[in-house]
Amino acid sequence: MKKTYKIEVDCANCASKMETAAKKIEGVKDANVNFMTLKMKVEFDEGTHPETVMDNVFKACRKIEPDCEIYYK
Amino acid sequence: MTKKQKKNLIRIIISSVLMISLMFIPVQGILRFILFLVPYLIIGYDILIKAGKGIINLQPFDECFLMSIATIGAMVIAVTTDGDYIEAIAVMLFYQVGEWFQSYAVGKSRRNISELMDIRPDHANIEENGEIVSIDPDEVEIGTIITVCPGEKIPIDGVITEGSTVLDTSALTGESIPRKVNPGDEVLSGCINQSGLIRVKTTKEFDDSTVSKILELVENASSRKSRSENFITKFARVYTPVVVFSALALAIIPPLINLIMLSRPAHWHDWIYRALTFLVISCPCALVISIPLSFFAGIGGASREGILIKGSNYLEMLSKAGIVVFDKTGTLTKGVFEVTEIKAENIDKEELLKYAASAEKYSNHPIALSIKKAAADLEIFEPQSTEEIAGKGIKTMVNGKHVLAGNYKLMQSEGITAAPSDSHGTVIYFAVDGRYRGYIIISDMIKDGSESAIKQLSSCGIRKTVMLTGDNASAAAAVAGKLSIDKVYSELLPSDKVEKTEELLYSKNKGESLVFVGDGVNDAPVLSIADIGIAMGAMGSDAAIEASDIVLMDDDPRKISKAIKISKKCLKIVNENIWFSIGVKLLCLILGALGFANMWIAIFADVGVMVIAVLNSIRCLMLKKL
Repeated sequence: MKKTYKIEVDCANCASKMETAAKKIEGVKDANVNFMTLKMKVEFDEGTHPETVMDNVFKACRKIEPDCEIYYK
Repeated sequence: MTKKQKKNLIRIIISSVLMISLMFIPVQGILRFILFLVPYLIIGYDILIKAGKGIINLQPFDECFLMSIATIGAMVIAVTTDGDYIEAIAVMLFYQVGEWFQSYAVGKSRRNISELMDIRPDHANIEENGEIVSIDPDEVEIGTIITVCPGEKIPIDGVITEGSTVLDTSALTGESIPRKVNPGDEVLSGCINQSGLIRVKTTKEFDDSTVSKILELVENASSRKSRSENFITKFARVYTPVVVFSALALAIIPPLINLIMLSRPAHWHDWIYRALTFLVISCPCALVISIPLSFFAGIGGASREGILIKGSNYLEMLSKAGIVVFDKTGTLTKGVFEVTEIKAENIDKEELLKYAASAEKYSNHPIALSIKKAAADLEIFEPQSTEEIAGKGIKTMVNGKHVLAGNYKLMQSEGITAAPSDSHGTVIYFAVDGRYRGYIIISDMIKDGSESAIKQLSSCGIRKTVMLTGDNASAAAAVAGKLSIDKVYSELLPSDKVEKTEELLYSKNKGESLVFVGDGVNDAPVLSIADIGIAMGAMGSDAAIEASDIVLMDDDPRKISKAIKISKKCLKIVNENIWFSIGVKLLCLILGALGFANMWIAIFADVGVMVIAVLNSIRCLMLKKL
């Protein structure tokens, strides 16, 4: 399953860091952060619950980018 | 301006006012240090925190880290020598000004580009109990009748059931001339209804409608990264650690050499200062931000022109195009058959056409349709006792006369001597009352723009143009000759087209790419094996659009050279930015290491270069003159 979320982030480098962080989360098959359109595209593994996975993605992103935002709720 | 930008702007102003006023306050020693610490912390606290977090998370090498060591180092030097605190604050201040500008400029161009692409309709009107209700277009099922008022966007693809109007299709095609539509016509979502109220029966769901597909295409475009972008990502990953360690070496090694080998004073302060300058200069932000911005702007600008590019990698590849391969029907020609020549023998041309149209009155064959279209203004007779002769033509009575219409074989079998025509296209011979009266030629028309399209290609660096077609050799040669195409391969099956394209792919020069332009279903495999596949969007099949990398929304072949020009301009700007930024930085790095550059030059090398690069990349949006 693929979902797209709106995000808020300041710089291209931070966006690519968020992408790397999101890819490492369990349940995420692939993630792509587009700094220009401010969107995060996440492909989930089969049988996972997107919202719980996104909780972890968000936590991981916050850890490396304290002022980023993902609108997933 | 966002909330954050406002907050940062206020921080910049407060901190610079404080810094300037402190320059006039005569205090000394520790008090002076504490006073100057205030503006420094106001402007730099978030950077210091981020740098700290980076170290904790074991990802220390980023801009914040560079800025933090540079300014803390400058502060330490200032404390130990009781010197100038201004420099440390100014570096942080300018860095923040640069960041602020960058976020403002990027935000602004992001909004501009999104506005260009803002063709997503937000509602659909349906009629419920005689009242018009607006609902989410996602909820509309196939076959629903929706109402589109003047001034509104058509939300979903469909067919008009009631009303006629004029549509503004510019958001989809870049074409500025409005299109007239009547009941029975197909309409595409994203077009703006300009004049009258229409009712449309939807034929697709919102997600499959043209507008949703286009948006998905363009929004995903910048996630397919180009080689330049990948280069920069890799570059930045190696670059920052290298710079940090070189700075460290610069701070430690020369003083040690001075001290131990040359027995001279170490000049620690000097060298540490140089190392710090080195750090400030080295920030890679100019590249990191300006390159994706250039591609994004280029793709956004192109979509306004009716050229959809599916990724920055294709934009990059297109700029290196050397060979363009065309499909004939529907790409260079209209794919619609028309009467192109009437040769009348002992009869008026109009008269011949009149008999022809009358004879074909009840036929729905494409050839009959095109003859009737050509005779639309003429009086048509009722044909009587029409007889079809399979594979040859028809025999009928028109206005009391025997009419024979068909191919050369028909004339032969009826014992009529006709002069065979060697023209390309389909030839229909006519005989009236047993006498040969001439022929009508029906062929596919070349698109208006095709000739200039091919001409323009050579001016944008295309070495060779090739046409592939399933048509017969004489029709193919005629089109190719008229358009001055270099090489033609005719009578090809779809699998032959793939084979020929592969051959051409082998023959291309190093570093150049092959473009294939097509529209039909049987083009899809070729579109995907070519380096770049360009599909004709308005007429093309979904499969072709899916398999292609670039879609021309209005089917105009002239857009090919325009797309190439856009890609060249974009790539030129990207390269300018790469060389300019790296060049200025290297120069300043050398000057810094040798001690000729102070922090002020360093901050220009960082922030100034970034501002210039960002402004330069915004030029990718300006494509009108191409």
